[in-house]
Amino acid sequence: MHFLNSLAVVKDFKYAESHEWVKVDGKTATVGITDHAQDHLGDVVYVELPEVGAAVNQGSGFGAVESVKATSDIYSPVSGDVVEVNEDLNNSPGLVNSSPYEKGWIMKVEIKDDSELTNLKNSDEYAKFCEEEDAKH
Amino acid sequence: MRGGGLWQLGQSITRRLAQVDKKGAGRRYFASEAELKKTVLYDFHVANGGKMVPFAGWGMPIQYKDSIMESTVNCRQNGSLFDVSHMCGFSLKGKDCIPFLEKLVIADVAALTPGTGTLTVFTNEKGGAIDDSVITKVQNDHMYIVVNAGCRDKDLAHIEEHMKAFKAKGGDVSWHIHDERSLLALQGPLAAPVLQHLTKDDLSKLYFGEFRMTDINGAHCYITRTGYTGEDGFEISVPSENAVDLAKAILEKSEGKIRLTGLGARDSLRLEAGLCLYGNDMEQHITPVEAGLTWAIGKRRKAEGGFLGAEVILKQLAEGPKIRLVGFTSTGPPPRSHSEIQDEKGTTIGEITSGGFSPCLKKNIAMGYVKSGSHKAGTKAKILVRGKAYDGVVTKKPFVPTKYYKSS
Repeated sequence: MHFLNSLAVVKDFKYAESHEWVKVDGKTATVGITDHAQDHLGDVVYVELPEVGAAVNQGSGFGAVESVKATSDIYSPVSGDVVEVNEDLNNSPGLVNSSPYEKGWIMKVEIKDDSELTNLKNSDEYAKFCEEEDAKH
Repeated sequence: MRGGGLWQLGQSITRRLAQVDKKGAGRRYFASEAELKKTVLYDFHVANGGKMVPFAGWGMPIQYKDSIMESTVNCRQNGSLFDVSHMCGFSLKGKDCIPFLEKLVIADVAALTPGTGTLTVFTNEKGGAIDDSVITKVQNDHMYIVVNAGCRDKDLAHIEEHMKAFKAKGGDVSWHIHDERSLLALQGPLAAPVLQHLTKDDLSKLYFGEFRMTDINGAHCYITRTGYTGEDGFEISVPSENAVDLAKAILEKSEGKIRLTGLGARDSLRLEAGLCLYGNDMEQHITPVEAGLTWAIGKRRKAEGGFLGAEVILKQLAEGPKIRLVGFTSTGPPPRSHSEIQDEKGTTIGEITSGGFSPCLKKNIAMGYVKSGSHKAGTKAKILVRGKAYDGVVTKKPFVPTKYYKSS
């Protein structure tokens, strides 16, 4: 099987094996899905955003991303409370494809426990993980 | 998204597209690459950036370098070339091939002019659909038939069983499965102008539903002016040894405007055109009447019956079916197969069988069955996606106007 190989990772972000990224700024974490994820998904047509104020837990589902052909659940890489969601995604879900690490951010979370960040991968570990995953298929 | 989930994503795409064949489906989805059948264009697809996925036991391109959305839009603006060689083409021959076929399908086969074809349905004893198919009368003793890849084994076993009985009674019919041929679908506004460069035959005289045997790019082809996208176009049966050259010639003549297009876009295109996908919108327990294909039942057949399940179907024609296939547009996330449909009060009235985001219309479109009474265009409904109800409205099909090349 062949997959397109377009892999961009941002150095200081942290990554989950389920292909979400998190950018930590003090107590606030911004979350989105990676370039690898959006590339495999194809054109995103709808993003199911969490409610502001909702609690999220590391590893638990918090929403979904819909592409032309399929739905993918998305899992929070951090635990805490949702303080902001990217409303731009309602009218422009394609931002997840064109700018997965910037304009396509999905939610901001006030983190409760930053020790959980050690469960995540750094950019090199994540890049390697993706290569291995793609090679299996 | 779950780790390894992206691979499962590819799987879920094929699950959505490939529900045509539930029997043995588990085995097929996880078949290794070595077990999957390959069309003669497999390497050509890969060389052109095709993302190959398992589909009905074949390794097929779901898309190429452009996205499914871009591909879909390009088909309607310029054109698309699809490899549909996984579908099963066969010929029925013999002086009794028409009465033989009439027992198995709802079409008025006898009334077809030689050189014309039609969409039809192979029915079972209960009037349900075994498969949908395009059948073409080549001559009165030769029918050319194309059936779905996922139904190949089932359809051929069904036909063989009936053929044995028919021949035992002295009927003259035989068949040949065209495994030596490949099938290309060329669709879109540039299909005819580009194909015209490759054949001396005057394609302007070949109308929607018509068939010809003719030389294209030096190969002896069968062409039918038909397709699965709603656009003008052709399905071209070509000897397998000439298939890659023909594909290359078509792409070159179009100067890159016609693109190789995969099954992902093919599904979006047929949904936009309001066409059924067997395995999703039609199944063994659904009759052609329920599926909105009453127009495909020949007039004489409605009067005389004489096909499997005729009693059930004729009764539905007289009394009206209890459920009907209709189109929907909706807000929120795209409805998917098995999404529940409710009326405005929250009572269940049906189920979605196909749904997605229309690349051309930039909105959600879907098809599903609702109980009769709730099927009129404009009827408001609720569609449940992941537990939440979103507004939907019954919408006439096709969603995108069709462009079939018909004589006025």
